[in-house]
Amino acid sequence: MGVFLQTLFVGLRLGSVYALIALGYTMVYGIIRLINFAHGDFIMVGGYTLIFTVPLMTAAGLPAWLAVVIAIAVCALVGVGVELVAYRPVRRKGTGMTALITAVAMSLFLENLAQAIPAIGPNPIIASQLFAPGGFRVAGVTLDFVTIYTIAVSAAVMLLLYVFTQKTRMGRAMRCVSEDKSAAVLMGISVNRTVLTTFAVGSGLSAVAALMYVAQYPKVYTTMGSLLGLKAFVAAVAGGIGLIPGAMLGGLVIGLVESFTTSYISSSLTDAVVFLILIAVLLIKPAGILGKNVGEKV
Amino acid sequence: MLKIEDLHVSYGAVRAIKGISLEVDDGELVSLIGANGAGKTTTLHTISGLVPASSGSITLDGKDLRKTPPEKIIGLGLAHVPEGRHVFARMSVEENLAMGAYIVRDKAKIKRQLDMVYAHFPRLAERSRQLAGTLSGGEQQMLAMGRALMTEPKMLLLDEPSMGLSPILVKEIFSIIRELHDAGITILLVEQNAKMALAISDRAYVLETGLISMSGPAQELLHDDKVRRAYLGA
Ligand SMILES: Nc1ncnc2c1ncn2[C@@H]1O[C@H](COP(=O)(O)OP(=O)(O)OP(=O)(O)O)[C@@H](O)[C@H]1O
Ligand SMILES: [Mg+2]
Repeated sequence: MGVFLQTLFVGLRLGSVYALIALGYTMVYGIIRLINFAHGDFIMVGGYTLIFTVPLMTAAGLPAWLAVVIAIAVCALVGVGVELVAYRPVRRKGTGMTALITAVAMSLFLENLAQAIPAIGPNPIIASQLFAPGGFRVAGVTLDFVTIYTIAVSAAVMLLLYVFTQKTRMGRAMRCVSEDKSAAVLMGISVNRTVLTTFAVGSGLSAVAALMYVAQYPKVYTTMGSLLGLKAFVAAVAGGIGLIPGAMLGGLVIGLVESFTTSYISSSLTDAVVFLILIAVLLIKPAGILGKNVGEKV
Repeated sequence: MLKIEDLHVSYGAVRAIKGISLEVDDGELVSLIGANGAGKTTTLHTISGLVPASSGSITLDGKDLRKTPPEKIIGLGLAHVPEGRHVFARMSVEENLAMGAYIVRDKAKIKRQLDMVYAHFPRLAERSRQLAGTLSGGEQQMLAMGRALMTEPKMLLLDEPSMGLSPILVKEIFSIIRELHDAGITILLVEQNAKMALAISDRAYVLETGLISMSGPAQELLHDDKVRRAYLGA
């Protein structure tokens, strides 16, 4: 029972982080049908920003986690920058394949650029500054605060995102552009501006993911986004790429699968099982768990 | 109101429009008829800026539409109901109508237009919460037209509004077009159903592989032998 609960908590925590990242993949895919391979690296950008800004926050007497505001801004700017400098010009001239290659290139570019910054090793001090250590005892296991915050923050962010896409003018414009670009233009929606907003929001979410991730695993390095991003991408595809609820669900599923595999099977098999699950899901439902197999995806 | 002069449009090497000129005056209902592939949709898309022109001019009340960003054109009072409806399938009827009023900031005006659209299309009112993708073809056409009316446009571009509809619905759509015309809205109507289009139009143009082959008062074209043979199946 103790192991089960502990595993469940870890799974939900991991899943919440994957879900936040998966949202970024899925929102961008939904709107321009591009798999933004650089998205995972935005987490790294967020991680570095946190490592550098947390000390500034504490020096100013502010709560350390407030650094996430700066990280969100930096990630949003990087996302918007990548779209403006790389994706938009390529989209105008090239095909889907050129765009995909550009995305891979942007990922490598960001990773290499980050190497110019001295590597920052395990930094437990900053991590413990982010959120109060400790937790509750639940049925004999510790449910630490970081886990609670991670799950709560992701849930809150997803709720906000839902309200944003359903109720706000910009959110509705995003849904229109993702469904039918030319019809959206006829409504008076600026496609370029909507795509930029999507990049800003999706990339900003990766900063929140970075905060939650770094609070748990206080190590920031240039390729930290690769595997994390890949798994979140798997989550987005498994849930149904282009669908916001699909990203949330897929993230949680992948997190739980990973955590239960580690606890009950073997930690060395975790990643293999995650990808097996993806293949199994796609064999049964090619459009993902929530995707419709016929007709168009968002 | 709308004036097109010597318009040329190409898709890569394919020349779809090879120098057409046409005019629609205030309050007029003008139809553009022609065979499949003649370039009717291309003409409307070029007016709305969805497809770039290679040369020529398009003006609306003297304003150069070729220099206007496509998403700003609706703000000039020109609304476009595209071929194939293009409703937002995953949004409800009411959300689709709300998107039609995307550029309108005045809540009271949105409400007024919504009531007006529901009065024209009672069927949409009954289905306000239904997802647009689950509407029948006729209902989707009504929604597409209703959505275009949400900004209270001066001019409408209608691309094959009767396509794929049953004879009864075709009649209904045409009577609505006539009502809109009577209400003073300027209309450029593209139709395969040339007979019904000519019957309600003031004037018409015949488009043949990217060129205008004939034009004149609709009644004259309706009785023209060439038009009757080619487009009216007589
Ligand atoms: N996106 C495109 N790329 C290449 N060629 C195109 C494109 N769209 C249209 N065309 C070509 O341009 C010509 C005119 O097409 P258009 O759709 O304007 O015809 P239409 O008169 O509206 O026909 P229909 O009555 O079938 O709707 C056709 O030869 C068509 O194949
Ligand atoms: Mg057409």
